[in-house]
Amino acid sequence: MVKVTIDGIEIEVEEGTTILNAARMIGGNVVPPAMCYYSSLEGSGGNCRTCLVEIAEGSTRDPRPMPKLMVSCSTQVQDGMVVKNKTSQRVHENRGAVTEFLLINHPLDCPVCDQAGECHLQDLSFDHGGAGSRFEEEKRTFEPIDIGNKIKLHMNRCILCYRCVKVAEQLTEKRVHGVLHRGEHAEISTYIQKAVESDFSGNMIDVCPVGALTDRTFRFKSRVWFLKPMNATRECKKCPGHATVWMFGEEIYRVTGRKDAYGEIERLDGKTAWICDDCRFETKDPKQWNIEGPRKINRHSVISQNHYEIPNPLKTNVKKSLK
Amino acid sequence: MGRKLLLEHIDVPGIETFDVWRKHGGYLSVEKALKNMSPDDVVNEVKNSGLRGRGGAGFPTGMKWSFLAKPEGVPRYLLCNADESEPGTFKDRYLMEKLPHLLIEGMIVSSYALGANLSYIYIRGEYMWILEILEKAIAEAYAKGFLGKNILGSGFDLDLRVAPGGGAYICGEETALIESLEGKRGNPRMKPPFPAVKGLWGCPTVVNNVESLATVVPIINMGADEYVKIGTEKSAGTKLISACGNLVRPGVYEIEMGISVEEFIYGDEWCRGIANNKQIKALIPGGSSVPILPAHLITKLATGEDRLMSYESLSEGGFATGSMLGSGGFIVFDEDQSVVRNTWNFARFYAHESCGQCSPCREGTGWMQRVLHRIVNGQGNMRDIDLLADINKKIEGNTICPLGDAAAWPVAAAIRHFREEFEWYVNHPEEALKRNYGMLKNTPTTV
Ligand SMILES: Cc1cc2nc3c(=O)[nH]c(=O)nc-3n(C[C@H](O)[C@H](O)[C@H](O)COP(=O)(O)O)c2cc1C
Ligand code: SF4
Ligand code: FES
Repeated sequence: MVKVTIDGIEIEVEEGTTILNAARMIGGNVVPPAMCYYSSLEGSGGNCRTCLVEIAEGSTRDPRPMPKLMVSCSTQVQDGMVVKNKTSQRVHENRGAVTEFLLINHPLDCPVCDQAGECHLQDLSFDHGGAGSRFEEEKRTFEPIDIGNKIKLHMNRCILCYRCVKVAEQLTEKRVHGVLHRGEHAEISTYIQKAVESDFSGNMIDVCPVGALTDRTFRFKSRVWFLKPMNATRECKKCPGHATVWMFGEEIYRVTGRKDAYGEIERLDGKTAWICDDCRFETKDPKQWNIEGPRKINRHSVISQNHYEIPNPLKTNVKKSLK
Repeated sequence: MGRKLLLEHIDVPGIETFDVWRKHGGYLSVEKALKNMSPDDVVNEVKNSGLRGRGGAGFPTGMKWSFLAKPEGVPRYLLCNADESEPGTFKDRYLMEKLPHLLIEGMIVSSYALGANLSYIYIRGEYMWILEILEKAIAEAYAKGFLGKNILGSGFDLDLRVAPGGGAYICGEETALIESLEGKRGNPRMKPPFPAVKGLWGCPTVVNNVESLATVVPIINMGADEYVKIGTEKSAGTKLISACGNLVRPGVYEIEMGISVEEFIYGDEWCRGIANNKQIKALIPGGSSVPILPAHLITKLATGEDRLMSYESLSEGGFATGSMLGSGGFIVFDEDQSVVRNTWNFARFYAHESCGQCSPCREGTGWMQRVLHRIVNGQGNMRDIDLLADINKKIEGNTICPLGDAAAWPVAAAIRHFREEFEWYVNHPEEALKRNYGMLKNTPTTV
C-alpha cells in the first residue's frame, strides 16, 4: 500500500493505482474531470487532458515537484506523493484552457442535442469554461452520418476521446480502423459502420461523453430530464440484461446501461455490465422488463436535481488531514 | 578544412557500392566490434564518446542504450529513424543517398551492441528512391556476409529491413514510429513505459536517428578517446548541418562542433554569406521546431561572446536569448523576408501534422494557424498577438508528445523577438499584402 495526499486529504491505496482512481476513492470535488479515460476500456485515457493535476511532491524518496502537469488518469501514485487538483491555480488555468480548446470547434448546439443534460462537456464547461469565446474563426465542420440504422454520428460534437474506438476494438469482433485523417480533421469513421453488425456496438453511445454518438431510436423524442430513469433487468442470452430504462409515463423511451457517478457502466459480478443491442434498441415494451424501481442517477445536475444520491463505486472511508 | 568523419569519402565515384566503400575503409568497424569487442564494450565506447542523439533532442546515445531492458528470451529491436520530415532538415537524406553503407555499417555495430537480431530502417515515404538505394546496399551486405546468419563467424545474426512510412511527420516521433511499424495508425504512445522497456511488439527497443547510428562507425574505428578530442567538451564530434534559406551556398555540411556561427554562415568553406548582398535578419538553427533568433543574437550571445555551433552554445540563454541545435536544420532569413509569414507557414505545417489525439495540440495548432493566416492576409488585430502568445503557452507541456511543444515554440519565439513585425502587419494590412518579401517575381502574396 502507498500513501498519497490529494488536495490535503490523505489516502492509502494499492500500488499501481492511478491518481485519478485514488481521487475517486476519496470522492467529492477532489476528483478531476475525465473525458476520455474509461476504466473498463483498456488503454483509454491520456487524450483529452482535462484530468491534468499538479504534482507538488513526487514521492517520499524523491519529493521534487514535477515540472509539468500530469494526466491523473494515466499517472500512477508513488508513496508520499502530494497532488494538487482543486487547490492548484495552475491546474485551474490549464484545465480552463483545455476546456476552451475542446469548445472552439464544438458547434455548441446543446438546444438540439440529445446529450444535453447528461453531457460531460456541458459539465466541464460549467466548471471550467469561460463566459465568452475568444475564437473568431470559422469552425471546422463535418456532415452528420448514420452509422448503421441505430446510431447517429455528429462528428462536429466529437472530442476524439477514442472511447468508441476502444469499444469497437475490445467489445466487437473485427476492428478495421478507428480514426481517419489527422489533427483537427481527424474523424471517427467507417470501421464503426462495420462494427455496427456486432451485438454490442450500441455501447459506443453509452461511452460517448458528448452528443457525438446518439441513439437513433431515441432521437429527438424527449429531453432526458423529462424522463424517469428506472433500474430494470431482463433475461437475455447475449448480455446480463442489467439496464436503466428511461420512462415517460408508462412508456419506455430509451434503454441504456447503468452508469455510475463517472458516467461509466456499472460492474456486475466483477464484470462491466455492457448491454447488448437487442436490449438497447429492440426491447422497449415495459412488459419485457422487470422494473426494480427508480434509478439513483449520476451527478448530472439537471437530471438528478439533487434528489438522488450519487453512487460512487470506489468510495472508501478516508481520514482527512488538512495539510 | 574541417575534419570529416562521416562525409569524408562522399565524392568518391561509386561510393554507394559495397566494393568501393570497402576499399575506403568500409566495414572495418564491424570487423573490429564483432571480432575484438564484446557488446558491452561497444556500448561503453559509445557512452564514453559523449555522442548525443542527432535526431533533435540530443539525448546521450550511450545512456539510451544502457537503459535498454534485457529480459531473458525476449527479442530486442533497433530502429533507425529515417523519417526526416522536419522543415529545414535534409541531412539524413543526403547521407543515405550517398553513403548507404555507412548507415548499414553503423546499424550492424549498434545492433550487435544492443543484442538485436532484427533491425529496421523506418524511412520517410517520400524518400522512395532512397529506399531502393538502401535495399540494394543491404542486398550487397547480405551477399558479402555482413548481414544474415553468423556474421564474420562471430555467431551474431542480424536481419536488416527497410520499412517506408506513409508520409506523416508525426511518425518521426519514436513511439508513433513504432505504432506505424506495427501497422497501426501513427499515434504517439503515452510514456512511460518507454520504448527501452516496451517498444516494438511490446519488446525492448532503441530508436536512433540515421546520423547517430552512422556516427557509431567513426567512434568504433577511432575509439572514444580520440573522438572526444573533436568538438567541444559537451558536444563531441562532428555534426551534419543542412543549411538553407537565402545563403550564397546552402547545402549539407559536416562541421566540427564548436566552430563559430559566424564562420559557418560567412566562411568560405561553408555557406559564404547571405546571397544578393543582403543582411541577415533571423536564424532558425535547428529545424522548424526550435526558437528563431533575431540578428543580434545569431553570431553573439546575449553576453557578447561568440555563439558557437554546439548544443550548449546554441541553447545558451534559454529561450529568452537562445535556441537549440535540434536536428541541424539551419534556416537563414534575410532582411527582405517575413518572419510573420514564415511563422504562419510553420503553424500551418504543425496543424496539418498533428495526429489529433490530444486536445491542446489538435485544437490549438489549428487555432494558431487560422489566427496567423488572418494576420498575414491583413485581417489581424492587436489582440490577436497576445491571443497567439496565450494559446501557445496553453499547448506547451500539456500534450502527449513533443509535437505540441514544437508547434508552440516557434510562434512564441517569433512573437518574443519580432513583435514589432506582427504589429506592422496589423497596422499596415494593405502594404503587408503588396510586399514581395524577397520571393521570386510574380509570386502571389495572398495565401
Ligand atoms: C513530432 C516529432 C517528429 C520527430 N521526427 C524525427 C525525425 O524525423 N527523425 C529523427 O531522427 N527523430 C525525430 N524525432 C525525434 C525522435 O522522437 C527520437 O527522439 C529520435 O529519433 C531519437 O534518436 P536520437 O537519440 O538518435 O536522436 C521526432 C520527434 C517528434 C516529437
Ligand atoms: S501532441 Fe499532437 S501530435 Fe503529439 S500526441 Fe498530441 S495531438 Fe498527437
Ligand atoms: S481523462 Fe485523463 S487525459 Fe482524458
